[in-house]
Amino acid sequence: MAEAALALESCTKRFRRDGAPVHALDQVSATVRAGRITGLLGPDGAGKTTLMRLAGALLLPDSGRVTVLGLDTRSEGMAIQERIGYMPQRFGLYEELTVQENLDLYAALQGLSPAEKKTRQQELLALTALGPFGNRRAGQLSGGMKQKLGLACALLRSPSLLLLDEPTVGVDPISRRELWHIIQSRRNAGVSVLISTAYLDEAERCEDILLLHEGRLLVQDTQASLQSTLSGRCYRVRREGTPRRRLRTELAARNGVLDATIQADGVRVLSDGGAPPALPAEQWDAVPPRFEDAFVNLLHGRAASLQRPEPPPPPRHDLTPAQDDLPVIEVRDLWRRFGSFEAVKGISFQVRAGQVFGLLGANGAGKTTTFNMLCGLLSPSAGTLRVAGQNLGHAAAAARARIGYVSQKFALYGNLSVLQNLDFFASVYGLGRQERARRRDWALAHFSLAPYARVNGQDLPLGFKQRLALACALLHQPLILFLDEPTSGVDPLARREFWSQINGLAESGVTILVTTHFMEEAEYCDELVLMSQGEILAQGSPQAIRSQAATRDLPNPTMEDAFITLVQAHEAGLRRAS
Amino acid sequence: MKHRRLRALIRKEFLQILRDPSAIAIAFVMPAFLLFLFGYGVSLDARHVPVAVVVEQPDRDTEAFAAGLAQSPYFEPQRFTDMTAASAALQQRQVEGILWLRQDFSRHLLRGETAPFSIIVNGVDANSARLLEGYLQGVWQNWLQQRARSSGVPFVVPAVSTERIWFNPALRSRNYLVPGLIAVIMTLIGALLTAMVVAREWERGTMEALMATPVTLTEILLGKLLPYFLMGMGGMALTVALALTLFAVPLVGSLWTLSLSSALFLLVALGMGLLISTLARNQFVAGQLAVIVTFLPAFMLSGFIFDIGSMPAPVQLVTHVVAARYFVSILQTVFLAGDLWPVLLVNSAALAFMATIFLGLTWRLSRKRLD
Repeated sequence: MAEAALALESCTKRFRRDGAPVHALDQVSATVRAGRITGLLGPDGAGKTTLMRLAGALLLPDSGRVTVLGLDTRSEGMAIQERIGYMPQRFGLYEELTVQENLDLYAALQGLSPAEKKTRQQELLALTALGPFGNRRAGQLSGGMKQKLGLACALLRSPSLLLLDEPTVGVDPISRRELWHIIQSRRNAGVSVLISTAYLDEAERCEDILLLHEGRLLVQDTQASLQSTLSGRCYRVRREGTPRRRLRTELAARNGVLDATIQADGVRVLSDGGAPPALPAEQWDAVPPRFEDAFVNLLHGRAASLQRPEPPPPPRHDLTPAQDDLPVIEVRDLWRRFGSFEAVKGISFQVRAGQVFGLLGANGAGKTTTFNMLCGLLSPSAGTLRVAGQNLGHAAAAARARIGYVSQKFALYGNLSVLQNLDFFASVYGLGRQERARRRDWALAHFSLAPYARVNGQDLPLGFKQRLALACALLHQPLILFLDEPTSGVDPLARREFWSQINGLAESGVTILVTTHFMEEAEYCDELVLMSQGEILAQGSPQAIRSQAATRDLPNPTMEDAFITLVQAHEAGLRRAS
Repeated sequence: MKHRRLRALIRKEFLQILRDPSAIAIAFVMPAFLLFLFGYGVSLDARHVPVAVVVEQPDRDTEAFAAGLAQSPYFEPQRFTDMTAASAALQQRQVEGILWLRQDFSRHLLRGETAPFSIIVNGVDANSARLLEGYLQGVWQNWLQQRARSSGVPFVVPAVSTERIWFNPALRSRNYLVPGLIAVIMTLIGALLTAMVVAREWERGTMEALMATPVTLTEILLGKLLPYFLMGMGGMALTVALALTLFAVPLVGSLWTLSLSSALFLLVALGMGLLISTLARNQFVAGQLAVIVTFLPAFMLSGFIFDIGSMPAPVQLVTHVVAARYFVSILQTVFLAGDLWPVLLVNSAALAFMATIFLGLTWRLSRKRLD
């Protein structure tokens, strides 16, 4: 084994938050091997960024030692910084400066001579395909282009170790693929890479894995050995005549099953290693393991187990729309402009009662704008919107009484306790005293929030914040539930719990509209629209959308493959038209 | 320290200033606004004050008096024939004061007795009321003297004071307000703008990227100090030019004492701005802190508008830690009195001391670390 590019020896780092010390990292020992790509994984708040900053000599450990390329960060920070490339979470670009000016600045800061600078910049502009945009200001680049420019700035002086802190958050799948292509090419040129990510599917592109959870290192292993422990334990299960969602609920409760998720046209199952607990009518096909399986396998039993959700009470009948044949949400030729910018360009779709309907797309695709118009928070520039049979233009308040809304950042009051939050939202929705008490008890029991009843919102773990936000949105038993990026930053186990709650709600007849940029979450939807730059590229069930992208070379494309194929086809069509 | 790196940082800073509307607003629009406000809008002088003149029985003497009043640049007299209408006008603030010449005004006057003459002023604004009262008394005395001289009757005044006003003979408040503004403008650029642009680098994550490069702390600090030093001196030059040309403020002292002392004060302001930015890493907090601990004191406690000598003793004590106080004193001296070294040296020493403290603290507290 080659020398370690980065070594942490029992490092602890604490921060103070509201006067109380928080362990960002707790006795972490880890190594990053030279010349390989190492993935640093974990949910939000696991300590990934702290580890990155320790490696960049931007923070010093409270105890323990960090060695980068054989140099101690305590005494040789400057020498380390001459040999690493570091890209922080928000890319570290000066938005008022152009692409070229940003590159010039970082070239000077990294001490490149004018001759070196010229050749390196040319190489990197070619590699990132940013050449034509040299005079554009960084603030006006798309997320994907900013990310590539940030990477180019970190690569200017051919670093020995490249540190990338969550470079792919919220970036569209195409840019993500391009970024990985660049990272691969640097690795092949001999650069050691440490990349942190909350996307578990990206772990599959890494050779070594470090898994952090709540400040502790759970796993340090190679990709290959992680996968081998799972071989023969992953299946895709199908049963004629049973909807995927019901089958999933059934399988998840079965002994011997660690995990069940909806995938493609069946249910993906991770068994506990014994014989597959298959029933006669079911078809169990072995599938290759994914990193997410490894994660669930490792964390299974560690996370506080949620009691099996009982189905929530059905929606109130007095709110059911009179005309049952009408779609619950109907959008026709919807436009929204902000000045000269067209955020949503004439989209139309319909959602039927009891469906889980997804809006899928990268940041900036127009999802949140569409969503805000559906909730009545933003008025459309043109087009019609009917929610629960009400025209939002005329009866926004009446329509709003029938919807529940969970926003991206969980709009909770951080300094109110769980009980106070529930009481507040119940009174906002106009529930009477008795009804309020009844619904509050339901929420505490149903979401297992009782042990946290007196804890303030801001002190809850992320997963419980999410449950509380969902509980608050369901207090008035809405017909329609709107969820805006509900699972970003939440760890995979909490995400599974969340989706099982959503499944239960959908089965009881609540219509659910959800936005997400996690392509694999699209599989949980009955129907979805795929958005890009304000337009709908495809619409239909997940299977139907995936099959649109199937080719001879790729007969079973993933949702991400489908997204990339459809966006590229759409852009090619635009170019032909112009 | 490498010159190439420092040059790149300075170049970056200037490009950012030029392209960022909020920096331009703080560095150029705010100072221009203040300059015009204090140059044209705010005046602490009493000029063209509307006053009511109540003449109950007009004759030659009262007419002569009223005519004298009308010629004065300080008053805008309005004639009334009875007190009721005049006091109504005072209540509605149509006039700021009343001169009441009673029925028997001329008769008493002819007899050489004290004439029945009353002055009533609106005391809501105590400062203006006192000014107005004094001016009206002055007009009355003047008129009496003139009348005595023209009628050949010796007018006996027990003692005569000769008035000489030094340094600002025209008593124009603009002459000391506009120079004082230089202190306020430099505080804006040196402390507020600097604190905010450093906080912005933290907020946007560019500071993190900067610190991960082999740039030194000295280069980062100098990369902020030098551009905003130049900006501040530019702001000073612009204000001085406008003061001298547009507002016709005299500059008695020399330009180089003005420039040197301004440079000294700017170092204090930059020191405060950078110190704030080591404590506050978001623009909102940095902006609030800078306004409260630098801008407002420069405005209220520096002697720029409100005289320090007439403040309560505890507040006077507080003004000693306000850097702008020393600079305002220098500015008013250089502009209106000249290079008076005893005054300039004491105040400059105070500024030099404060600059050393603030910049020294900044250097000590800054580390090339994120925590």
